[in-house]
Amino acid sequence: MKSAFVTVGSTSFDELILSVTSNSVIQIFRELGFEKLVLQIGRGLVRPEPCTFGDFTLEVFQYKDSIAEEIQRADLVISHAGAGSCLETLGAGKPLLVVVNDQLMDNHQLELARQLHRDGHLYYCTCKTLADTMKSMDLSALKPFLPGKTEEFAIFMDRIVGLEKVD
Amino acid sequence: MLLVCAASFLGLSFFIALAIICRMIILVKHKEEYKPGKSGSVRVLVVAGSGGHTTEILRLMESLSPCYNPRHYVIAETDTMSKDKICCLEVSRKYKYAEQEYTIHKIPRSREVHQSWSSTLLTTLHSLLYSGPLVFTLKPDLILCNGPGTCVPLCISALLLGVLGIKRILIVYVESICRVEKLSLSGKILYYLSDYFLVQWPNLKEKYPRSIYLGRVV
Repeated sequence: MKSAFVTVGSTSFDELILSVTSNSVIQIFRELGFEKLVLQIGRGLVRPEPCTFGDFTLEVFQYKDSIAEEIQRADLVISHAGAGSCLETLGAGKPLLVVVNDQLMDNHQLELARQLHRDGHLYYCTCKTLADTMKSMDLSALKPFLPGKTEEFAIFMDRIVGLEKVD
Repeated sequence: MLLVCAASFLGLSFFIALAIICRMIILVKHKEEYKPGKSGSVRVLVVAGSGGHTTEILRLMESLSPCYNPRHYVIAETDTMSKDKICCLEVSRKYKYAEQEYTIHKIPRSREVHQSWSSTLLTTLHSLLYSGPLVFTLKPDLILCNGPGTCVPLCISALLLGVLGIKRILIVYVESICRVEKLSLSGKILYYLSDYFLVQWPNLKEKYPRSIYLGRVV
């Protein structure tokens, strides 16, 4: 079953929840072949009722200890611009669409989402442009996100503290 | 009240100015000579901030060899999540390596998110009163941090120990992966005070030439 997972982390992002559950966007999900939509709504006040209509299922929850399983099950993740959500999704190798909350001021996390978009790892839009982006995006064009080079860091540290083996 | 603030501010500014000058001289002349690892082990003080900061610093800690031992983690008093994450990592290290030691210490936060700047000075001084004795007691060879406010008083304490000739402590700062275009506030301060300052994006390397760019390490 092709499913999409929407996450807002520990924030509230009512505008996003309203957008993804609007008739027009649900229709786009169906046209793209999705049969299930899972919403993680965090602190949000907008709480859609979980339901099934025809062959389309809507699940809703506020928080879980770990969203790793939801990300694993999803064919598309739609997320706020939080670094944790972005990195966790990209690390799991899942296609990611980041929706920027333009109601938030001075959101430093935007820098990371913007850069990852420039590097071709995710798509990026606002609630207003969500529908158009979903219609035009090509998920197969996204580039894989390689894990950070922690071993380079370890080599660097060994060198500066004098632990490296000298042949 | 205002006089106390002014006096504290002047006193702190003087110390910081003195530390910066001494530090720059020491750095330029002697950085390469101080190799605590020659003894076979490196005592580390790790500053874990909240949420994303902790996740990042623990990923870095995972990559380090068992020679980085003992490991002293410092978290903010009000941080509830970091302790669990640290214990998780350390338990898995115990399975991999023998004889690993770690401790967890709490200090007051120097600044809460959105806290006013006038009160930040006082809370930073308050944190210094805790971080100074802690660093003095632990006398680590190395401090590793990545940006939470708690790292500034800890690094200043480490500098003071070095300036006073009590213990030379290497300060390694790794700016968070979230910082692509601009440094965090802690980063801006510690750019001048750390021994090694790592950034994870090329834009920052251009803007801050003293920094080290190894690519994305987290």
